[in-house]
Amino acid sequence: MRVRIEHETHYEYDSPIRALIQILRMTPRSYAGQHVRRWRIEPNIDGHLRQTEDALGNIVHHFSAESGARSLSLQVSGEVETTDTGGVVKGGVTRAPDVYFLRETALTAPDEALRVFAREASDFKPDDVLGSMHRLNNRINAEVTFDTAPTQVVTTANEAFAMRSGVCQDLTHIFVACARHLGVPARYVSGYFVRIDGVVDQDAGHAWAEAQVPGLGWVGFDPANGISTTDAHVRVAVGLDYLGAAPIRGSRWGGGGETMAVKLTVEDAGGSIQSQQQNQG
Amino acid sequence: MPVFDEMNGVAGSGEVRAPYEQLKHWLARTPRELLDTRRSQAELFFRRIGITFAVYGDEAATERLIPFDIIPRIIMKKEWDIVSRGLQQRVKALNMFLADLYGKQDILRAGIIPPELIFTNPFYCLEMQGLKVPHDIYCHIAGIDLVRVDEETFYVLEDNARTPSGVSYMLENREVTMRLFPELYSRHRIMPVENYPDALLACLQSVAPRSGRREPNVAVLTPGQFNSAYYEHSFLADKLGVELVEATDLFVKDDVVYMRTTEGPQRLDVLYRRVDDEYLDPLVFKPDSVLGVPGIFGAYQAGNITLANAVGTGIADDKAVYTYMPEIVKFYTGEEPILKNVPTWRCRDRESLAYVLDNLPDLVVKEVNGSGGYGMLVGPHATKGQIEEFRHKLKADPSNFIAQPTLALSTCPTFVASGVAPRHVDLRPFVLSGADGVEIIPGGLTRVALKEGSLVVNSSQGGGTKDTWVLGA
Repeated sequence: MRVRIEHETHYEYDSPIRALIQILRMTPRSYAGQHVRRWRIEPNIDGHLRQTEDALGNIVHHFSAESGARSLSLQVSGEVETTDTGGVVKGGVTRAPDVYFLRETALTAPDEALRVFAREASDFKPDDVLGSMHRLNNRINAEVTFDTAPTQVVTTANEAFAMRSGVCQDLTHIFVACARHLGVPARYVSGYFVRIDGVVDQDAGHAWAEAQVPGLGWVGFDPANGISTTDAHVRVAVGLDYLGAAPIRGSRWGGGGETMAVKLTVEDAGGSIQSQQQNQG
Repeated sequence: MPVFDEMNGVAGSGEVRAPYEQLKHWLARTPRELLDTRRSQAELFFRRIGITFAVYGDEAATERLIPFDIIPRIIMKKEWDIVSRGLQQRVKALNMFLADLYGKQDILRAGIIPPELIFTNPFYCLEMQGLKVPHDIYCHIAGIDLVRVDEETFYVLEDNARTPSGVSYMLENREVTMRLFPELYSRHRIMPVENYPDALLACLQSVAPRSGRREPNVAVLTPGQFNSAYYEHSFLADKLGVELVEATDLFVKDDVVYMRTTEGPQRLDVLYRRVDDEYLDPLVFKPDSVLGVPGIFGAYQAGNITLANAVGTGIADDKAVYTYMPEIVKFYTGEEPILKNVPTWRCRDRESLAYVLDNLPDLVVKEVNGSGGYGMLVGPHATKGQIEEFRHKLKADPSNFIAQPTLALSTCPTFVASGVAPRHVDLRPFVLSGADGVEIIPGGLTRVALKEGSLVVNSSQGGGTKDTWVLGA
């Protein structure tokens, strides 16, 4: 699939800012399942944009600016050619060994309720990790309702599970927490998703999980959609949890309060979805 | 269990050990009233200096004095020489271990430490992987906790490789002792400790990023006045003659760290930071940290600032990794460890766990990631309820615990309510590692358990401190 992405993040500040520093994980890499045809990151204010790579192999931009700006727009756009690999991720880059992804984090340390759910939902079989992870993925999809209202970026897997609701980030945290509890290395992935229902305009990027399956390597599981990852998924960054893969982490001096608005379109640039887009007007 | 007293030897022998000859004599002819007076004077000195220590979980007093015992502890030069060589070897190995872990990882390939113990450990910092630090030194300031059990044996109890505190007490204790007992002091040849700030400054400057333009700028970063060791942070900055800064005094621009001063921004080269890793940079670690400097880790990665200690040193003083220290020392130095580890059971091993559960009343059980005497069981001094509570904790999460035999820590004469009596002590020497090698200030901080029979010397648990004299000859 040829996926075209336009992603604008717009900040409005109460007063002019003095300085700003942001760490962006918004640039996908090419690997066996995806080829990045073109990609740009463009802030609309003057500043210093430096590209590095973090220890997990994510492409990271450091953006710093000194400015009297009252607003900032980050425009990210590009096109990625994806192929369906049945969820198997090959050719990714990371300096961390697989066992690193067994590590608990504040957002993903499971409490007793979640540990019980992990064992029961996956019906865990050490000789069938793939089947166990599919069962886990399906159960999370069935039992945890997608709802943007109750959770925030700091909601833990335990809290979201207790409410049985959350956004893709929360569902992913639940998956990751359960998999690690079962001894299966798992990681958080942030990226984009071409919606199955053809809706192009989205409120936010997507998130899903990858689990280490013996014999296959890393396999993508998308608990929000109850599927393995396909060519509709564009992988951008991985982390132990949301914080390690977050598209934007920033800090600023001055400016007072802020409001943020996201405009995001993710579409199949190959044809069929485009006509739907026109239909939807 | 025979207890070794550093003044009288093993109880009952009736002889005084050589380093204490003068002191024992002096104690014998000094009236109780004089000791009382000296103790009041000491307290007055400390109150005037403002030396305090906040105790977490103690609502009544957020700040209070750490009790100071007026009777110094005395160590002979030949004893110290062995300890000093052992510390040198140990800290050299710690730094080589850290450079290896965050570099080629030979020790993991050699099968000496199970990789999952490192990679699943919260103190292993993946962000440090592949990052070169000046002179391969990670742990610039170490505080190695030692306990003595007999004439020959000092055990390492803990390697404090993150932000060890207490050095201000070492310095203040010496100063107060000299003022209280000038005669006693002058009758001994005592190796000095007051050059510590000079040695620390030289150490910090020696690991500055290669700028070559000017003398490196050093500052001390504190979490602020509500931190338990704030007194020490301001004391050290003052003695070093450098700025004491909080996060809001610093900013990062184009991967360079600047300090706001009345004369405009000043570029920083070395930061002696007393802020823990996870609070250091909200853009990389805990996002809600207000104690950190946004962007400082990027400046660190770019090689524009040296952090002392380096980020990620916690993996070296982790209690689970501690159990491998004898092998670590051998692996990097090719030598037998001069200082021994306390024999330790790793509860992550099934057999060890079974042994520990069967022998809880005799053992000391510690949480792998706990510190300062919190979350610890001292079997012989625990109630049945406390022991059962730990049994549950151990069964629920065995790999989070280690256990050690209850050691007969040495005792030193201590002035308590009933008069001069033996109390258990430990020793925290401070070890500096810079571009020019390792430097150790003779002595260190002696901590003393003031309650009779108690083995817990932590200041958070009611321990006190003593001046520590290493005799020059």
